[in-house]
Order: sequence, then structure tokens, then C-alpha cells
Amino acid sequence: MVAALAVENLSKVYGNGFEALKGITLEVQKGDFFALLGPNGAGKSTTLGIISGLVQKTAGNAYVMGHDVNGDAFDARRSLGVVPQEFNFNQFEKVYDIVVTQAGYFGLRPAEAKANAEELLKALDLWDKRDTPSRMLSGGMKRRLMIARALVHKPDVLILDEPTAGVDIELRRSMWEFMEELNRKGTTIILTTHYLEEAEQLCRNIAIINKGEIVQCTSKRELLSQLTTETFVFDLCEPVPEGFALEEFECAIPAEDTLEVTVEKGQSINRIFSLLTEKNLEVRSMRTKSNRLEELFVNLVRESNS
Amino acid sequence: MSPMRVQWVAFQTIVTKEIRRFMRIWQQTLLPPAITMTLYFIIFGNLIGSRIGEMGGVDYMSYIVPGLIMMSVITNAYGNVSSSFFSNKFQRSVEEMMVAPVYPITILLGFVAGGVARGVAVGVIVTLLSLYFTDLNVHHAGVMVGVILLSAILFSLGGFINAVFATKFDDISIIPTFVITPLTYLGGVFYSISLLPDFWQDVSMLNPILYMVNTFRYGVLGVTDINVFFAFSMLVFFIFILGAYSIWLLRRGTGMRQ
Repeated sequence: MVAALAVENLSKVYGNGFEALKGITLEVQKGDFFALLGPNGAGKSTTLGIISGLVQKTAGNAYVMGHDVNGDAFDARRSLGVVPQEFNFNQFEKVYDIVVTQAGYFGLRPAEAKANAEELLKALDLWDKRDTPSRMLSGGMKRRLMIARALVHKPDVLILDEPTAGVDIELRRSMWEFMEELNRKGTTIILTTHYLEEAEQLCRNIAIINKGEIVQCTSKRELLSQLTTETFVFDLCEPVPEGFALEEFECAIPAEDTLEVTVEKGQSINRIFSLLTEKNLEVRSMRTKSNRLEELFVNLVRESNS
Repeated sequence: MSPMRVQWVAFQTIVTKEIRRFMRIWQQTLLPPAITMTLYFIIFGNLIGSRIGEMGGVDYMSYIVPGLIMMSVITNAYGNVSSSFFSNKFQRSVEEMMVAPVYPITILLGFVAGGVARGVAVGVIVTLLSLYFTDLNVHHAGVMVGVILLSAILFSLGGFINAVFATKFDDISIIPTFVITPLTYLGGVFYSISLLPDFWQDVSMLNPILYMVNTFRYGVLGVTDINVFFAFSMLVFFIFILGAYSIWLLRRGTGMRQ
């Protein structure tokens, strides 16, 4: 089966000599919800820029739905929708005109372009703003406008480069629902984000890139299984007694009524509750100290740097 | 959907967008040349022209009208493409076209058509205004329309190349200020080069705008200082050169692609 996206030995050296990509290879299957994660300057946007035709590659190949992004740019681009990190629409144009114009660049006739624009602007709660110049929109609306614009030609593959950056949590969750629904309907989604809970929530497969190299490329389940420890935070009803220790667990006491317990793979959380009950300590609430993927991401990037 | 159909719709989209842009800001695009040219007609044509008498066998007002129409067409065609394409680069909305299956030649033709549309729109406005001051005869309609269109295409291409290399807004006003305006004033808009000493006549023959102004004047009045066929050949030649260079720049992504 043809992959939705295939990248082979892709390299990029910028004019100033900076080597942004060092021959990366990865593949995204059709229908996948794929995350490309990495710290700032890792090469995520360069990779997506080469795929979408905004950055010139130095070496290697990239294919969208089997079409070479350079040799068969016409078909590759028709299969692709791009939501870039930075706002890149005409600030003076109206919301509706921006979306309809983009449809025209993909060859959609006016009637089809207008119908698609209306459907997307309604789905993304922008229909009431259709006659508003884009510069008058809030940050969240601008992000949604870029999503509507990228989807107007109904692409097979959608690239989302930090689509929820600077968006409030309520809106972010509604955008997650929209993206999940889109993916359920068959659109392959490639996402970069700095919100790792977003990647953990949405994506099935994940690649981690650092300093222009792929550090890991696997399923989310496989990746998370690499976690050897996880830290839980327990909020207690009373202060932790002096000299407190939990036999087989590593503990820390960051506040007088808060306990941090590190659980290793194979250890049971039930055991912690039993030990706390034995010591007459009642738990008010419990949470993980950090997102699981975040912990893993930090470890992998740290390892890769060292 | 065939590639040709996609390119045709994309071309129409770019042209529509360009026309919508200059119509939306008509106070900055259509009104100023109308006011400036009216002042030219009043001051140079009426007040000063009435004391000059005839030039090239016609009254002075009739003599300068074709030159002023041509001047407004080329400056507006150039200005439209340079400001619009640079604005697209500046706001990064040029990326909308770059991620789409639009061929470089389609992008170029779309912007050039937008420039020609504004140039011709301003030309029509100035022509209508000139009718208040003088009677315009049409000596050769084909020459008139042909030279206006070719000149607008050539200067639209020039504006496009300027915008590709521009990195800030100041860069798109350098060529109009220091090259196009002086060449236009020295291109026989207000005088016949036969009034100049031989040496300066020869120097004037190196000015491409002289050929455009005189060819258009020939179409209107039947009066010219140059060979009309040579002027058309030169226009087509330079359109071909600048067009090929513009497509090469677009394919390379100069000023647009990292």
C-alpha cells in the first residue's frame, strides 16, 4: 500500500551552513494520526516545509500519496493541506474570500469552492465572521481560519504545524474534537506540537526528532511502554509526618501535605494506597507529576543530546 | 481534474483577487492618477500649452495627452504588481500559492494580468478626463490598443521582478522613483525629440519609454519621432526576456523559498 507520506534520507543545509536535517527517513501510513515531536530548532518545520514545497531540500526524497514532492509536485500538492505555524494569510482580505481564493488555487470551480468554504467555516464556528477582515480576528479564530483554508480542497493528508499554539484550553479541546473527527473520516493527519498531552491524546504513531535526526519513530503504545518509571503526586488530608518513608518506593515531600512517589515498571499503585492506609494517611487526590509522553520525550531528547 | 483546468481556474482566481485588491483601495490606486493627470492637463496643457502653440503639427494639449495616458498606464501597471506581489511576500500569503498545484507561469500570468487590468483601468480614466480638455482622434486603433497592452505587460513584468528581489517596502519605490519617472519625463511625453540637439536626440533613442510614448501618439495623432514597427519588435523582445527571467525566478523560489 502506498504510504500517505514517505521521507527518504532527507537533508537540508541552509545558506548559512546550518544543517537542519541529517538524512531523515520516516513513513506515515494512510489514515494515521501522526505526531512529529522535537524541541525548538530540531527540524520539524523544515521537514514539513520541504514536504509542502516551501523549503528547498538539499538531498533525499519526499512523497505524498506516492507522488514525489519535486518530480510530481502537481499531484503531491493536490493531496496535501498545510496549516503552518505562523499566520500567512492576507490581513486585509475577508475570511470568506481567503478560503474561496485558496480553493481557486486548487482548481475548484466557484460554486464548489463556495460550498466547501461555507461548510468548513460553519464547522469551525467562523461563519458569522465570514465578512470580517482577517486582521480583526482573535488568535484562535486565525488558527481556525488556517485550518479551514487548508481543508477547502478536501486533501488526503493534512499537515498541522503547531495548530493550537496560543489557543485557550476550551478552544484547543474543540479543535482536538474537530481533528479527531476529520481523522475518523479518513484524512491522514501529521501534527507537530509542543503540547505533549495533545500528541498523547490524538496520535497513534509518533516520531521524535532532535538536531535533524529521528531519535524514535514508533507507535504511541510502544513508545510509552519504554517508560521505566512514573511519578505520582498524592495530596493528603493531613501533613506528612516527619521522617516519613514508603518502604519499597522512592518518595519526596515537596509540600507538607503533598507526597511524590516514583513508581517503577512492575510496581503496583495499589501498594502505595495500602502503605498509606497502614500509616493512617488519607489521600484527597492523586495525579501524575507530568504527562507520560512528556517524561519520555525529555528523557529521549536528553539522551540524544548527550 | 486536468492540470490545465486547474491552471485556468487558478489564473482566474489570481486575476480576480488582484482586481478586487485595487478596486478595494481605489482611493490609493485609481483616484491619485486621475487627480495628477487632471493637474497636468490644466497646468501644462491649458495654461502653459496655450502659450506654446503647436508641436508636431498639432496643438500642445493634443500632443501631450497620449504621452500622459501612456505614463499613467506604465506607472500603474508597474506599481500594481510590485506592491501586490511584495505585499504577498511580506505577509507570507504567497505561501498560499506555493503549497497549491499552481505552475509558476500561472502565478506570473495572473499577476501580470492584474497589473495590465489596473494600467488599462487608469488609462481609460485618464482618457475620459482628457476628453474634457481636448478632442481625441484615433489614427490607428490597433496600434493604440496594441502598444498600451504590450507596454502594460512589460512594466508589469518589471514590477514583478522588482517585488521578487525587494526585501522591504522602500525597495519597491526605488525603481519607479529613480528609473521609470526620469525616463518617462525624458521619453517625449511633453516634447518632440526633434527639438533637441543631435547628440541628445541620439541619447533619447536609447530610452525605451520614448518608443512606447511615440507609438501610442502615432496611434492617436498619426505623429511620431520613431519607427513604429521597431517599437513593437522591441516590446515583444523585452517581454520575452523579462517573462523568461521571471519564470526562472519563480521556479527557483528566489525571495520566497528557503
